[in-house]
Amino acid sequence: MSSRRSRSRQSEGGSRISDDQIADLVSKLQRLIPEIRNRRSDKVSASKVLQETCNYIRSLHREVDDLSERLSELLADSDSEQAAIIRSLLM
Amino acid sequence: MSSSLISPNPIGTSNPAAAGADRSREAKTRRRKKKAQAQAQAQSKARSLSSKWKSQAQQQIFSSNLLRALAQSRRGGVGGGGGGVGGSGSSGGRAVREAADRALAASAKGRTRWSRAILAGRIRISKFRKRKRPAAAVAAAAAAAAAGRSRKPRVSVSRLRGKGMPAVQRKVRFLGRLVPGCRREPLPVILEEATDYIEALEMQVRAMSELARLLSGGASVGAGSSSGSPPEPLPGQ
Repeated sequence: MSSRRSRSRQSEGGSRISDDQIADLVSKLQRLIPEIRNRRSDKVSASKVLQETCNYIRSLHREVDDLSERLSELLADSDSEQAAIIRSLLM
Repeated sequence: MSSSLISPNPIGTSNPAAAGADRSREAKTRRRKKKAQAQAQAQSKARSLSSKWKSQAQQQIFSSNLLRALAQSRRGGVGGGGGGVGGSGSSGGRAVREAADRALAASAKGRTRWSRAILAGRIRISKFRKRKRPAAAVAAAAAAAAAGRSRKPRVSVSRLRGKGMPAVQRKVRFLGRLVPGCRREPLPVILEEATDYIEALEMQVRAMSELARLLSGGASVGAGSSSGSPPEPLPGQ
């Protein structure tokens, strides 16, 4: 495959990136996103992949925020044995 | 086990008895090198298959980093002993989020832009500039191998080829803003960083939910039936 040779020379700058490489990256991204993965459609437009990626990252951020809120509440909770044990381990 | 190989031999191999010992030592080092090579190959294969963030070892590394970061934030932040539950709830959550992000970036071992940006942003110094060319070449070769092996749905990149479509450009810029440290990078860099970032975020969510489950599960069990003596005397009894 000629694109493999061009990949080794891709360090010149952003404009010399082969389209195959971009397609590979986009499809790799597409595989990670559960929404597009479950839909099982063969051809997904790149802009849709990007849109779903943004939404997914934002939802992951929200989930991390919620989890960290919960963790801080749980750690500050003084009624549970588990929390007391973990606090004594941490401090 | 390795100490036996590091035994110094300043005399050299002139001694015939030592020559035999040298040969066995050489064989041992060759075998050790082969095992290390095989290990490195397996590790690189795991990394190239983008399961780096799904491995058990990574999760353990992240969890230990997270616990250490939480301990540091607790020791530094909460000094008065929990005054004002309502106020400390949100600020405590913010501290936990930042500690978790820092632990996640530390687990990345500094090989990606977003991890370096997170760590540099917290310490507030200029970003580190690392050359990613060897890592990028390995990732590209691995991606080529993976593409040849499995049939994957082809994405139509006709819009990306022109790179002039304002809608796609806008989305790419937005994505670059979401991933930390990729605001002004070209498209392939943003895509690559986003791939790694999504996997890292998923691992972060998994680890933190496990931790939360452990804590809350212990709370429900501890409040219901105390097996041993209660940690503190119940008030008003």
